[in-house]
Amino acid sequence: MHRRDPRAKIAALMVFLVVLATAHRALPAFGLALVLLLSAALIWARLPLFSALARAAIVLPFSLVFAAVCWLSGDPARGFSLLLKSYLSALAVLLVVSTTPFPALLRGLEMSGAPRFLLMVAQFLYRYLFVISEEAQHMSKAAASRGATVGSFVAGRSKGRSARFRAAAGALAVLFARSYGRAEDIHRSMLARGFLGRFQPFGALRFRATDAVFTLFASLAPVLLRAAVERAM
Amino acid sequence: MPHPLPPGPRPPAPGPRPLSRPLIEVRGLRFCYEDGTRALNGVDFRLERGETVALLGANGSGKTTFVLHLNGLLAGQGSVEICGLPVNRQNIPEIRRKIGLVFQDSESQLFMPTVLEDVAFGPLNSGMSREHAVERALAALETVGMSAAAARAPYHLSAGEKKRVAIAGILAMDPEILVLDEPTTSLDPPGQGALAELLVRLPQPKILATHDVPFARALCDRAVFFQGGVIAAEGPVEDIVIRFGWELALERSKLRR
Repeated sequence: MHRRDPRAKIAALMVFLVVLATAHRALPAFGLALVLLLSAALIWARLPLFSALARAAIVLPFSLVFAAVCWLSGDPARGFSLLLKSYLSALAVLLVVSTTPFPALLRGLEMSGAPRFLLMVAQFLYRYLFVISEEAQHMSKAAASRGATVGSFVAGRSKGRSARFRAAAGALAVLFARSYGRAEDIHRSMLARGFLGRFQPFGALRFRATDAVFTLFASLAPVLLRAAVERAM
Repeated sequence: MPHPLPPGPRPPAPGPRPLSRPLIEVRGLRFCYEDGTRALNGVDFRLERGETVALLGANGSGKTTFVLHLNGLLAGQGSVEICGLPVNRQNIPEIRRKIGLVFQDSESQLFMPTVLEDVAFGPLNSGMSREHAVERALAALETVGMSAAAARAPYHLSAGEKKRVAIAGILAMDPEILVLDEPTTSLDPPGQGALAELLVRLPQPKILATHDVPFARALCDRAVFFQGGVIAAEGPVEDIVIRFGWELALERSKLRR
């Protein structure tokens, strides 16, 4: 699965999401069938199954709010549907993202017609997340070398709550100011090497026959599952 | 312990200065940052063909601000001409192909997933095909002795290796002039020596903004000294170093040890 062309995976993902979003009948059984399908794909891709199932739950706190609103307004089935669909969507996206290098994924999205500006924002965001992470690590080392710990920012007993909050907020502000400065340097060095606002593709994508076969089966699987579950119910 | 640097450049031939157009000509350059800091207060500078010039001066004297003007990353008042082209919006793509700028912090210059992709970034931006860009990138990596690292992630390299890859990223664009901002920062003495040997081999005229006097001595034909946003003096590296007391400061730091 890791070797498949990103466009094949993006196409299969889109079909999966459409099939899931438009399903209304026998949702618990269909949901279970899709969980099994995605679990099989995760195992095939040699990804840690339980870790992936747990990570996809990161979306639940957000959808839980809307599900609670549905439940309070007397429509618990809609709330359940929202939770199930958001979780399965997150799991499917996680599967694609985990089996595709980020630059290849962006290239696949670009060739699939996604807006270039949106993709450039995603690429910068991806790069600058690492910048913030690196700066945070440098600051953490500098603080640790002077006897500070993360806990001392948030849970030190010697200071009042407001003083701790101010210290943590100050550290966060410095982190963002440093990251901003670093990001400016990176952007300057990109401009100095002729960057004109668009990343040029490095690796050419090749859509092979195996990718076509993969797209066909991966797209058909949720369609056939839904047809089978709905007929059985 | 002295730097393992190669012997210095040969002194320029006696006689009048060449009459041909300079590669870089800067006249009356002034620049003020948004926070009101006046970084440049009227800089006049020329780089002739075949020259290697050191920009010396204390921190905050305007060296980095000056080099950022050479390829249009900053735009102040006054005129900057590169190979006869004024630095303006229209000429910037051409000027950025002519001036290869190596930044002080190599970390900021290496942002692609692999060394090869990073070095090929410039050639791809200049419109080359992928094959041609890769060919150029591999040749540049060969020049700096980093071919073996082509498939590695840049953040796994040592400081010296990062600097070499950053230089390869510039060489792959085949620039006419190399500008290096604090090239020896964070390099150990063997790394500085290796970098100096590499730079001596490269045929392009160079501008080195540096605090490293032995490095400047080993590589540069002349030096200009920045002070308070202007060029306070220019001449042979040795004369400038003595005139501004940098030689004395170096000796004092040795004595303290």
